[in-house]
Amino acid sequence: MTAQAARDVGVTGAMLLELDSLNVRFPTEDGVVRAVGGVSLAVREGETLGVVGESGSGKSVTFLTVLGLVTKAQADISGTIDFRGQDLLQQPEDELRSIRGNDIAMIFQDPLTALNPVLRVGDQIAEVFLAHQKMSKAEAMAQSVELLDLVGIPKPKERSRQYPHEFSGGMRQRAMIAMALALKPALLIADEPTTALDVTVQAQILELIDRMKDEFGMSVVLITHDLGVVAEHCDSIAVMYAGKVIEYGDRDDIYYRSEHPYTWGLLNSIPRLGEGADRLEPIRGLPPSLINLPPGCSFHPRCPYRFEPCDKEIPALLPSDGHHASACHLPLEEKQRIFSERVVATG
Amino acid sequence: MPDATEEFQRRQALKEEAKAEGSLHDIPLQREVAAAADVPGAQLPPGVDRELADAAGAGIVIASQRELAWRRFKKHKAAMVSGVVLIIIIIGSLAAPLLTSYTFSETDVTSPLQGPSMKHYFGTDTLGRDAFTRVLYGGRISLLVGFAVAIIATVIGATIGAIAGYYGGWLDNLLMRVTDLFLSVPFLVVLILGSLLLGPGVLDTVIILSLFFWMYDARIVRGIYLSMKEKEFVEAARASGASNRRIIFREMLPNAMGPIIVASTLAVAAAILTESVLSFLGYGIQPPTPTWGNLLDDARNLAVSAPWLILFPGIAILITVLCVNYIGDGLRDAFDPQGQGKSL
Amino acid sequence: MSSVVPAPTPTSRVGQTPLVRLEGIKKHFPITRGVIFQKQIGAVHAVDGVDLEIFPGETLGLVGETGCGKSTLARVVMRLHDATEGRMFFEGRDVTDLKGKELRTLRRDMQMVFQDPFASLNPRKTVGAIIGEQLVIQKAMSRDKIKGRVQELMELVGLNPEHYNRYPMAFSGGQRQRVGVARSLALQPKLIVCDEPVSALDVSIQAQILNLLEDLQKEFNLTYLFIAHDLAVVRHMSDRVGVMYLGKIVEMAEGDTLYETPKHPYTGALLSSVPVPDPNLAARKKRIVLEGDVPSPIDPPSGCRFHPRCPQTRAFAAREPGGGDGIHPRCREEDPPLKPQHPGQVAACHFPLDDHAVVAEDEDG
Repeated sequence: MTAQAARDVGVTGAMLLELDSLNVRFPTEDGVVRAVGGVSLAVREGETLGVVGESGSGKSVTFLTVLGLVTKAQADISGTIDFRGQDLLQQPEDELRSIRGNDIAMIFQDPLTALNPVLRVGDQIAEVFLAHQKMSKAEAMAQSVELLDLVGIPKPKERSRQYPHEFSGGMRQRAMIAMALALKPALLIADEPTTALDVTVQAQILELIDRMKDEFGMSVVLITHDLGVVAEHCDSIAVMYAGKVIEYGDRDDIYYRSEHPYTWGLLNSIPRLGEGADRLEPIRGLPPSLINLPPGCSFHPRCPYRFEPCDKEIPALLPSDGHHASACHLPLEEKQRIFSERVVATG
Repeated sequence: MPDATEEFQRRQALKEEAKAEGSLHDIPLQREVAAAADVPGAQLPPGVDRELADAAGAGIVIASQRELAWRRFKKHKAAMVSGVVLIIIIIGSLAAPLLTSYTFSETDVTSPLQGPSMKHYFGTDTLGRDAFTRVLYGGRISLLVGFAVAIIATVIGATIGAIAGYYGGWLDNLLMRVTDLFLSVPFLVVLILGSLLLGPGVLDTVIILSLFFWMYDARIVRGIYLSMKEKEFVEAARASGASNRRIIFREMLPNAMGPIIVASTLAVAAAILTESVLSFLGYGIQPPTPTWGNLLDDARNLAVSAPWLILFPGIAILITVLCVNYIGDGLRDAFDPQGQGKSL
Repeated sequence: MSSVVPAPTPTSRVGQTPLVRLEGIKKHFPITRGVIFQKQIGAVHAVDGVDLEIFPGETLGLVGETGCGKSTLARVVMRLHDATEGRMFFEGRDVTDLKGKELRTLRRDMQMVFQDPFASLNPRKTVGAIIGEQLVIQKAMSRDKIKGRVQELMELVGLNPEHYNRYPMAFSGGQRQRVGVARSLALQPKLIVCDEPVSALDVSIQAQILNLLEDLQKEFNLTYLFIAHDLAVVRHMSDRVGVMYLGKIVEMAEGDTLYETPKHPYTGALLSSVPVPDPNLAARKKRIVLEGDVPSPIDPPSGCRFHPRCPQTRAFAAREPGGGDGIHPRCREEDPPLKPQHPGQVAACHFPLDDHAVVAEDEDG
């Protein structure tokens, strides 16, 4: 989907971030890994975009590239990443660093990799202030205690003097969110922020992200493999497979009117509470190698509905109505029929 | 008490983390992608490596770990060159009778202390013995001692380390305290006393050196076993009814081989050096059997008048030790591409 | 002894001998300190008094969060850990203290499928050697027959038997988990303990493995102890489900009962936290958000272990004179035993939830 197409499908409101035909290829000994193969996406001001996909779908690499954590030195990158009118791929390194710190922040699945184990949590957050804003050490410390309080860490003053290993998993994730929010970013990218956490803690963290989004007026990109998480916390959803966005739409589009066989497969693969012990319908086979992508639609070898053009032509991500687009050769009526007959939808 | 709680929590957290991440693929891509993490305080989440690795690896990588290690070793230029040089040195020592027409004890009083020439490549000593021949033959003993000590010490050390790490508890405590004891004695003194007690033969020297070279292996192997015994594949073997012996030697040992080989390679270098120190001090292998060490000892008083006598055995030691160390480096990179100091 | 009473025997099972019976199982890991003379300064109460029965052919599910002791319990059942206290019976025989040859023979009847498909296969062995390992160890058949059996097993779990000589590294996560399943089936055990068998896998692959486990259960009349943190997965797989919190089973029920009418507030909180892949249903769901984290199992709370996080005790304390600090005194002082609730359901709570605490009444599907 080009940025134009994004507008075609009714992505109205001010755009904060627009990716246009982003390609990221890693040259390796075994061949070129096409991690991201032409992704076009847009994030509006103030929305939460869910990016759903399995391992190897390119969902993390896409946004690491946005953040400048995958650079042209390591990978072959093409396309544009438009953030508030600037193409991030054309910015010099120091400019990028300033955008990265001030306007775009990221939180990861494992907070321990982002927190320095030998520094006190409070100092680490204060460090962010000191690096980017003019303020005294005492002010920075006061600010960081305030942030820890904001993200729901009890006794923030004492906690700010502790080390990351003294925090539980959920608390660390809160601390990392506090650090990410320090400079009031316009965009928060959350890469599987709750995958390592237990469900009760996951619920707390997702609620915190929602609350912070409203409080700071941010946009959030929630990268996850969990269709449940997306259902409860996202406005728009992009489903990725083998380095491409294969379906894009609002919540109801994806859950109640999905138009892509891969999304159907995902919906049918999840065991649900209250559904009894019906047999699951998994997607057969394995995701393709990103070095040897199948010709045509990357999903065709696993797709039960494939027909004539699927192994030859790559389907474009085309809008079906104002806010819903999918990349599949099946005719729309056929998709609607199959969805209503074959796919779980409690609605 | 608070310390213990902390420690426990930390360990739990680490375990959880390890579980959440899973262990990583051994795919070179990882390193490239990991290098992306140039942001202070932030790294690529391990999931991404996995994601890429998975995607790249689905069904293509069929190479065994050994092949991959060899592929990586070949990339380490210094190690490859060192390997070739070391092989030349070894072959040279073994093929000494073919390379020289002299024998190492053959004296020629008519031509003492001659400088290097076409007749005597490395010159001659006070008794007119050919220095080139003596360096070649000396290499036999020095290399023999180096490799023998490394092998014996590795076997002892790996066994002790494996037992301590696998069983843990009091046995671990006991074995590790013994290890500490061996590490804390001033070993040159003990070596000298030992050589006086046992005698100056090659075998005696090998035995004495081996007794002081196993501790490093023991510590490394213990560490590996300690972390590896928590791995699910070890539990799976126990659940199948495998005996402890089978688990220690058949299941776990192959996974510890990388670091063991690296450690014992470095032990070769250290043993060669120590042997030469010992011989140089006059407590090692005694003349007329030449070793690089006692050649240096012989030439000690002639350093000014006949510098070649000290130069060539010295260079032989230097090159050999350097080569062995580079090979060790290369092996370390080959077995442990992430430089994380663990084999899994 | 623990005050826990065994979960009720399912009505259809009365009179049957359970395949596995646990009585008052505790597993404490000592915490020691000191270099030469080590002394114990505390213990992690990983499993703290569990009674259970697993009947032939059924799937008993256990759910709980990190640190609740479910994986430790699995390892006690597998005799990978020795219980600190309590007895374990397999087919009516006390196997708590079996050693050596007898233990090795017992291991033919129970096997385990592990969580991490990357750590559970020895990277230095071919998958053929991994799957056939138990056949070699148990001297079950001659070496030349093993290869045939291994290939049969590979076929059974959906792997290409020609990949016999490949190393685990050449397989994806889902395929490795199939190798793990094939390994567990080698000697046709009676019990298979599945410890988070799909939590490391992608959704689409998860479903493949769950279906495989179901098919194998039907084909070989297997009994599963199925452990996971994902309630939906456990519900999907299990006939009965137990919920663990800090080393104890706090609730256990048959089939849908647990999900429709949870009685323990912790179960309620877990259920309401599960993200539902259905926006409308999610919007209708009642939320019980817990505060704080699971307390340390080194020094578990007095009385009911859940009381520091329990919303229910707060509600009841408010009505009680002297309950001013938000904790009902009964919850603080008295460890609640498992008590019968609905038929086939037990829960350990002084103030169980109402029937409509979590799932809204009008489910229009």
